[in-house]
Amino acid sequence: MSAIADDLRRERAGPGRQRNRRRANFVIFLGPAIVLTILFFVIPVIIDVVVSFTDMGRSLQITGFTTEQYEKIFGGDRRLVQVIGLTLLYVFATLAIFNLTFALVLALVTTATNRMTGNFFRGVWLLPRMSPSVLYILLWVWVINPSEFGLLNQILMSVLGLETPIDPLNEAPVMLIIIANGFIGASMGMIIFTSAIRAIPEHLFHAARVDGAGSMAIIRHITLPALRWPISFVTIYQTLSLLVSFEYILLLTEGGPFYDTTVYALYIFRRAFDTGQYAYGAALAVFIIALGVFFALLGWRFFDMQKLLQRPRIEVQ
Amino acid sequence: MARIEFRNIAKRFGDVEVIPGMDLDIADGEFVALLGPSGCGKSTSLLILAGIYLPSGGDLLFDGHVVNDVEAKDRNVGIVFQSYALYPHMTVRDNIMFPLRFKKTPRDEAIRRVNDAAALVQVGELLDRKPSELSGGQQQRVALARALVKQPQLLLLDEPLSNLDATLRLSMRTEIKSLQDELGVTTILVTHDQIEATTMADRIICMRAGRIEQIGTPDDLYDRPSSLFVAGFIGSPPINLVHGAAANNTVDVAGVPFPADGANGSITVGLRPEHLVFAEAGLPGRIAQIEPMGREVLYVVSTDIGYVRVLEQGSVAGHAAGEKVQIGFDPAKSLVFDATTEKLIDGAHVRPPA
Ligand SMILES: Nc1ncnc2c1ncn2[C@@H]1O[C@H](COP(=O)(O)OP(=O)(O)O)[C@@H](O)[C@H]1O
Ligand SMILES: [Mg+2]
Repeated sequence: MSAIADDLRRERAGPGRQRNRRRANFVIFLGPAIVLTILFFVIPVIIDVVVSFTDMGRSLQITGFTTEQYEKIFGGDRRLVQVIGLTLLYVFATLAIFNLTFALVLALVTTATNRMTGNFFRGVWLLPRMSPSVLYILLWVWVINPSEFGLLNQILMSVLGLETPIDPLNEAPVMLIIIANGFIGASMGMIIFTSAIRAIPEHLFHAARVDGAGSMAIIRHITLPALRWPISFVTIYQTLSLLVSFEYILLLTEGGPFYDTTVYALYIFRRAFDTGQYAYGAALAVFIIALGVFFALLGWRFFDMQKLLQRPRIEVQ
Repeated sequence: MARIEFRNIAKRFGDVEVIPGMDLDIADGEFVALLGPSGCGKSTSLLILAGIYLPSGGDLLFDGHVVNDVEAKDRNVGIVFQSYALYPHMTVRDNIMFPLRFKKTPRDEAIRRVNDAAALVQVGELLDRKPSELSGGQQQRVALARALVKQPQLLLLDEPLSNLDATLRLSMRTEIKSLQDELGVTTILVTHDQIEATTMADRIICMRAGRIEQIGTPDDLYDRPSSLFVAGFIGSPPINLVHGAAANNTVDVAGVPFPADGANGSITVGLRPEHLVFAEAGLPGRIAQIEPMGREVLYVVSTDIGYVRVLEQGSVAGHAAGEKVQIGFDPAKSLVFDATTEKLIDGAHVRPPA
């Protein structure tokens, strides 16, 4: 009603005012986003690319332009191969085991149980995401403490009767970072999948049950097909965020022991800020920027992300 | 096919008692309609029958066996939901075949049965489409095919026609009815549309707020409604209801005396518009409004007891607006209800004022 009135008023005001108003709307609504994008994306990317063609080192001085950083990436850096391999393993395993499968199981279980219990459980699961990373990792540090006072060791020794305490940080560091990231990563998928499951009309479940489908058949034939889009979305989004974020790993293992848990993003960080190879770090970062942009565009096209902008597909409650 | 029995079936959702306790018998092969206003517990009853809801109390019997603990998937019930509930990502073929997947039907036979069911409801041409590519009427047919393909012992239809336009509704009514005749499957049709119920069903179960108000043939409910509620619910245009005080074989309605038999105290008189006629003598009034209804004409007559609806056969109005008329009726067709209990008083009748 009022939208129509607005339109009428605008029409009466004439094309000139309308154009001005549209321009004003543009500035008001898109302005902040554009400023932020330029400030925190475009400018840093330009600086990064420029730095990557220099020899900037610990002294932060630039003596000349060079392509030696790129030559190093494509030939000189043997550690890089191992880092990339680890990154692929880390991203794929975290995504497949936790961010998708575990999130899906959580969503299915919490929607199948009583609503109150489900909400409570999901709330608890969200707590670590809402608390500061440092706090979350501090909890993990306590859990995996290699002495008999760590939570894990207490359980293993008193409940399962293990003789000597174990030290996951040194014995299974890759598994540790996958689990630590996965536990928090699963919560996003859980929330999105839960909303999507809730949005499935109840009649479909009733119809399927009457048609003879058991729980597993219902999940397979009714729930999962309805989750196609949310699963795609979570996959693309989490791949991106797993590729570029490293704060939990940095806090938990500092990339160690040695370089065992140094994923690509952390490798850039360590090269630049630990060993002071700023130019080399910048060159490495160029690739992750390109990869990020590529993934975002791929997601945009392949998973029909445009639809996300058109109308709400999920109801967050 | 199955004989269905409700023995004191109750259903509560938390603190809300939707069905307090329902007794019901449905014969094998019968076509019954569950009729009642929206929210009276019709769909809930169907979902109890289908095994989706567990009754909070009482027993449900199929062919004399208690099936309370039989899961939905093992009840062999076909159901058509109001929203059709077709599986959106499956083709029409896969939708219809879905129930057969779980019956371990050999592939050849499954395909044959899907084709048969599709042909039965005339959607044979649409098998490769998705539900979103179908019209409402086509979706409805597909839903019916999906319910019939497993050769259910009980067919449940939850307001299957309410989303269709008027013409389609009319033809689907006949089609569903003749399909049911042909297959002989026990069928329960849920509807809030009394015309749907009276034209399709052998028997009508009239419900109100989770209770059965009356069970009977369409004629029973029309001729001898057991309560004011049923009288008001069945019949179109709706029955005329006027309040009066009965004493000494006379009912006083707003000052107009109607001779009466068997009535006493505070009562409500029900007169169906189609039972009223314009006569030489009777209740005097003036025609206030005329509504041609095709083969009938509805007159709204302004009288001392209020507006009275009179339905006359014939496509042309024989009277003009403003005309003075006298309304008469056959006393045997008048209905008298106790105003407090709202129940029909057997044997009580009123006669037109002299
Ligand atoms: N799952 C449910 N939880 C709580 N209340 C319900 C549920 N299903 C139905 N009801 C309530 O039960 C009553 C009857 O519902 P329903 O059987 O759908 O009515 P009808 O089909 O006759 O319109 C309504 O008041 C409705 O709000
Ligand atoms: Mg209903």
